[in-house]
Amino acid sequence: MKALGIILAGGNSSRMGNLSDKRAISAMPVGGSYRGIDFALSNMTNSHVQTVAVLSQYNARSLNEHLASSKWWNFGRKQGGLYVFTPTVTTDNSWWYRGTADAMWQNIDFLKKCHEPYVIIASGDGIYKIDFNDVLDYHIRKQSDITVVCAKAPETDDISRFGVIKMDSEGMVTSFEEKPMVAKSNVVSTGIYVIRRRSLIELLEQCNQEGRYNFVTDILIRYQGMKKIYGYMHDGYWSNIASVDSYYNTNMDFLNPEIRKYFFRQGTKIYSKSFDLPPAKFNAPADVKDSLIASGCIINSKVEHSVLFKNVFVGNNSVIKNSIILPNVYIGDNVRVENCIVETHETLMSDTEYIGENGVKIVVESKSRYGI
Amino acid sequence: MGKKEMIAMLLAGGQGSRLGVLTSDVAKPAVAFGGKYRIIDFPLSNCINSGIDTVGVLTQYQPLRLNTHIGIGIPWDLDRNDGGVQVLPPYEKSDGSEWYTGTANAIYQNIKYMEGYDPDYVLILSGDHIYKMDYEAMLDQHKQNRAAVTIAAMPVPMEEASRFGIVVTDDNGQITEFEEKPAKPKSNLASMGIYIFSWPVLRDALITLKDQSNCDFGKHIIPHCYNNGERIFAYEFNGYWKDVGTLGSYWEANMELIDLIPEFNLYEEFWKIYTKQNRIEPQYISNEASVKKSITGAGNEIYGKIENSVLGAGVIVEEGASVVDSIIMKNVVIKKGAHIEKAIIAEDCVIGEKTKVGVGESAESKLNPKVYAFDLAVIGENSVIPDNVTIGKNTAIRGTTTKDDYPGGELKSGGYIIKEGEES
Repeated sequence: MKALGIILAGGNSSRMGNLSDKRAISAMPVGGSYRGIDFALSNMTNSHVQTVAVLSQYNARSLNEHLASSKWWNFGRKQGGLYVFTPTVTTDNSWWYRGTADAMWQNIDFLKKCHEPYVIIASGDGIYKIDFNDVLDYHIRKQSDITVVCAKAPETDDISRFGVIKMDSEGMVTSFEEKPMVAKSNVVSTGIYVIRRRSLIELLEQCNQEGRYNFVTDILIRYQGMKKIYGYMHDGYWSNIASVDSYYNTNMDFLNPEIRKYFFRQGTKIYSKSFDLPPAKFNAPADVKDSLIASGCIINSKVEHSVLFKNVFVGNNSVIKNSIILPNVYIGDNVRVENCIVETHETLMSDTEYIGENGVKIVVESKSRYGI
Repeated sequence: MGKKEMIAMLLAGGQGSRLGVLTSDVAKPAVAFGGKYRIIDFPLSNCINSGIDTVGVLTQYQPLRLNTHIGIGIPWDLDRNDGGVQVLPPYEKSDGSEWYTGTANAIYQNIKYMEGYDPDYVLILSGDHIYKMDYEAMLDQHKQNRAAVTIAAMPVPMEEASRFGIVVTDDNGQITEFEEKPAKPKSNLASMGIYIFSWPVLRDALITLKDQSNCDFGKHIIPHCYNNGERIFAYEFNGYWKDVGTLGSYWEANMELIDLIPEFNLYEEFWKIYTKQNRIEPQYISNEASVKKSITGAGNEIYGKIENSVLGAGVIVEEGASVVDSIIMKNVVIKKGAHIEKAIIAEDCVIGEKTKVGVGESAESKLNPKVYAFDLAVIGENSVIPDNVTIGKNTAIRGTTTKDDYPGGELKSGGYIIKEGEES
């Protein structure tokens, strides 16, 4: 592979509500068994990208724990490897990452010492499968300066939170509007870019001198006339989890057999850290319908149209409906959970009720498990 | 290579012929267990949990599955620069070649491997049992006793003691007598086939008995040490320990995992059992499905009814199908309307639409009544069962079968279809 990978995983968003209090968005649990960043990382490794840098900043503990060993994604080789770069204080810089371009600029030494001619930039909050070799081939064929991977925004999603793109018949980007109030098309940027490494270094240095720090507004949009920017249309499933609704919908998408088949049983695999949990256990009162249940769960009651992540315990006479239960949650007896996202490690005491009346409710109780 | 205080040698070469078609293509330690694991995961996990990071695995019979499962030992954290897991198959020597002719002979043939680590103690294990055990505690006792050999032993009911190798001990736990399947047992401590040897004692015994044919630990090495007056102690073990050597005990041990609070609990954080996971995704239970009193593995797609069963990973159970009292291993597909009752279906099988397995009046197996009993229907891995056939109890099937193999659309209880040497 002629490219190295950079995964921008620093972000936080107010659209995530309380969910991002605990972790960076790219560390959010997704699809019953994964975390957001697993998709970008697996796509990289499946495309034979050998060197990958993850740039993280906001609340990175959970992400760092997840990435503590790179062997789950087949990195950790003599050639290349997985690097996690958080901002550090140096003699000539004491800033946090001031934007996506600045995050890369602060690691420009890494970019300079790599030998791969191209760079693939991806974000850690996209849920998709892609072969980066196809994108790179397209980039070379079009003699593009910067290639932006585009996708149709999911119908349920709010288009105004994306970069909206219009292309001509050749694929050349003719208009790129960042987070417009009124979108002119439903084609959006996935936050995946291909660019020549030397060209990226040049642009980053230029930007930094001018005090500009954002890759999208200060490079992509600002250089639109000067650089040849092409769009590469990604036809497969794509969604971005950086808002509560889209996070909820993306998880619920996995209840669709076609989407499950696409991610679980066809083509390349998505890898994640291994936890060696026992199989899920369904006791006699279990009544599970239209739901995803991960390993290590023990179920004693009714679960309907929900996604249960690993190690969830559900006691007797409870009802879980239209909900997402994140890992290591304990739910007692006679509990009703409806239209909720229950945070990791939560304890829902017996005889309680959690119901999202208008939209999805995020349940954060922070009760101690050992009081029960 | 650095010095290791204790290394483990894991005997995993046996066929386990009493498991019938389940071990036609794989060694017994590689047989799936508990919806996720393989039998060898238990001793391997015990090793790493006990702080033993150097394990030689002796293979002989059908080693492919075992080799791919073990790999370089990543799942057990046994991928080490120094030590780690090493698969040790028999090999050709300049003065001829020899299979492993017995348990001790296999260890003898790998004497150089053990010498390389300059161990003080060697732990001998077999890959046949389901249990959690701290070998470090056993080693501590071995040292305290200044023993030459320590044999793990567990109390069994007195009336069953005559089925086991029994050790008789004095008040200090030193073994004074061995009885092999005694008619009138003097003790109820049964040997578990787990030994710690002080290395010089083992080395000396292996070399002295190197020309003994079928050299075996129980029959030759231990008696040799005993006759030499070595200090041999019993280490009493009181936890869960299950020999899954027969189809009946294998089925039973799996079913015990389903109990509300199983005696052998896989859900404890302490003393985890590790395994190579090929699937990590969650499983889907559909609107029409019903899953009760079962444990089921990752990535399953359940559209039918599951009760009192253990399912491996990646299993598909289609609409209207039902599975009761059965063990279904990974990647099995059970088609629409099929009914499975008290069966063991090995990996990668396909069961046709509306086919019934494990039904009808019981009858004795015509293939081998000692192996195929317990009213179980057993289907070997990669088998294909056509649509609309009925398969009885105490039956055995292996290979791709078609309608023509079932006269009148039926395999009566006690019958069998074995397609030998079939590649599939």
